[in-house]
Amino acid sequence: MAEALIDGAGRADVFAPATGGKPISTTLVIENMHCGGCLKKVEAALAAVPGVVNARANLSAHRATVTHTEGSVDIARLVGALERAGFKAAELAQTENADLDAVDKDYLKRLAVAGFAAANIMLLSVSVWSGAHGDMPPALKALFHWLSALIALPATAYAGLPFFRSAATALKARRVNMDVPISLGVTLATGMSVYQTFRGSEQVYFDAAVTLLFFLLIGRALDARMRSRSAGAAANLLGLRAQFALAVSDDGTTSRIAARALVPGMRFLVAAGERLAADGRVSAGGSEIDESLITGETRPRVVSVGDAVYAGTLNLGQPLTIETTAADERTLLADIARLMHAAEQGKASYVRLADRAAQLYAPAVHALGLATFLGWLAFGNGWEAALTAAIAVLIITCPCALALAVPAVQVAATSRLFAKGVLVKAPDALERLADVDTVVLDKTGTLTRGEPVLRSEAAVDDATLGRAAALAAVSRHPYARAVVRAAEARGLNVVPARDVAETAGSGLARGMASTEERLGSARWCGVEATTDAPLWYRRGTEMPVAFDLVDAPREDAAAVVATLKSAGLAVELLSGDRAAEVARIAEAVGIEAATAALLPAEKLARLGSLKQAGAKPLMIGDGLNDAPALAGGHASISPSSAADITQTAADVVFQGEALAPVLETIAVARASKRMALENFAIALGYNLVFVPLAVVGLVTPLIAAIAMSGSSIAVTLNALRLKRRRLRLGSRRIDA
Amino acid sequence: MTALAWLIPCALLLGALGLAGFLWSLRGGQFDDLEGAGWRALDDEPPGDKS
Repeated sequence: MAEALIDGAGRADVFAPATGGKPISTTLVIENMHCGGCLKKVEAALAAVPGVVNARANLSAHRATVTHTEGSVDIARLVGALERAGFKAAELAQTENADLDAVDKDYLKRLAVAGFAAANIMLLSVSVWSGAHGDMPPALKALFHWLSALIALPATAYAGLPFFRSAATALKARRVNMDVPISLGVTLATGMSVYQTFRGSEQVYFDAAVTLLFFLLIGRALDARMRSRSAGAAANLLGLRAQFALAVSDDGTTSRIAARALVPGMRFLVAAGERLAADGRVSAGGSEIDESLITGETRPRVVSVGDAVYAGTLNLGQPLTIETTAADERTLLADIARLMHAAEQGKASYVRLADRAAQLYAPAVHALGLATFLGWLAFGNGWEAALTAAIAVLIITCPCALALAVPAVQVAATSRLFAKGVLVKAPDALERLADVDTVVLDKTGTLTRGEPVLRSEAAVDDATLGRAAALAAVSRHPYARAVVRAAEARGLNVVPARDVAETAGSGLARGMASTEERLGSARWCGVEATTDAPLWYRRGTEMPVAFDLVDAPREDAAAVVATLKSAGLAVELLSGDRAAEVARIAEAVGIEAATAALLPAEKLARLGSLKQAGAKPLMIGDGLNDAPALAGGHASISPSSAADITQTAADVVFQGEALAPVLETIAVARASKRMALENFAIALGYNLVFVPLAVVGLVTPLIAAIAMSGSSIAVTLNALRLKRRRLRLGSRRIDA
Repeated sequence: MTALAWLIPCALLLGALGLAGFLWSLRGGQFDDLEGAGWRALDDEPPGDKS
């Protein structure tokens, strides 16, 4: 058992011969590294750890890659070294982030190739155009066309591959997306140009095809980069929340291991004030557990030997020894994951804005091309002239601007939100957020701060508060801490009292008989509970004093709810907490529709019935119990203080104490949808001018190149306005 | 016109060199940390010095 335990930590000595194993690398997330000085300090601190071969920090990603010989370095030591240097760090959990990085690089490579090809073909094309009416010998023109073909063919094949692939996937599924008309346009333009080059004709469109790919790849590459940055930041947040567990072996020795190295059957120790690293059963000790992250319930639960406890909950009282059961399929986490998975399947049916536009656009354009072909035939022209005109129509209508319309806006919107600490994770999140008409909020940790504050300030005088705080200062219970905070807020000097005894689930006591002081539950203080106050203080035989501690709303919660309402959104509160608590918070922040005591499945069901009634609910929550509802909502947001699984389920994660980022997100999402539609209009406007020219056969390669670049640039510039634009949501103004 | 015989290959070669250079630097990870690279340029110590 003891050996298995060390193995479980992943740094066993078995793999590391005395000569040193093969080098492996570990990625660490570093929270507060902001400048070149920090960069150097981080690298120096890591390099000084014995066994480290090389350490390289990445300032943009807030990460460091450490190369070390296998088995020689403990992650905890690396983290410890950074902590001493003044940096908070943690090991990065494996995520899909690496894939996104690879996609980002792939697009950059293709973009570079398309850029090279576009520049060189343009060089040749411009010479041909400027010599068209001059003295350019036909043989030279033919040579230039052949050279263009030589560059364009491989470049189109390589740079266009992502579009061709995506179009093929869509067609296989009997759908149409924007990549279908793009692929068709590019292939036809290239194909016809090769044919015309053979025939020595003027109608050569290599430049149009390659420039089109170049512009489109700029949009895609920026989009991929922004997404990879957001996903990276989200992964960092999760990494920093990951923790270590104090594993207990059979002989009673303890060792610090990564929480995810815990396997069922292993026992670990949880000190007071620490979060549990895994699901399990209490095998020794008794304490109080704050389960608000799981159930939304703010009142701590008393646990003793044999009780089931869950990862992410907070141990408030005495140290506990817990036997891990996490791998068990019957754990709460497994249930939540199943619910979440089921809810996510229902969401897969969302069709993105660009694809919806493509479904209208592609058939119309292809019909127009066919009509042009038939029209030219009907007017007695040869099939070749007819085909040339038809292909010119397809090239002109090739949706360059249309395909850039959404990604360009998305990049501007995502980077504006990123600067405000809002991470957009799902690629279609902004579009879904723009449609939202109902906002469903969780209570504990979302509307509220998740920590109690003293409400009945006036009922407790300074002297009593000071004495209670002196007792409370020795405990890590959230109620005790709230008392200390309240005392400090009044400017009282809190000195921890000595000889205080803490009884789990009851309270604190000090002294004997007539001078005995007690701070704890009503029963602990011998009070007939007449109020809802969870904490009491009694000295000797004096009158007990009630401490009315409540979970207070976030400071801007009421204002945010009011703004949401003024923007025409219905606001609803779904909580797992007691009815009285929920009603109190609902009233404080101004929400009329509030439901209490809901199970995770019931929250999900409520969202389901909202959707059935035609509403598009936005779910905002932080608890594990919200995760299925987040996956089941039309869109979802969670604060960065949320449980890991919840953050993974959410489309958007926001950082900070305030709730206002929610407003910013909705406002930007709505604005970006508006601007995407504006961009569609610009793109269609260009088509209205140039398509008639193409239909009657007046479009030369020069006109095609101008139309294409002009519309793409117009659309991109329009999208960039979103970064600085002042937005409105209901009654509130939102500045960039 | 004979100038074209070597001007065009020249133009293509220069373009290809630029492309190759970009792909090489991309593969070498020079675009991985755009912020940090700026700071490292100000670092006086020779690269590879661990202290």
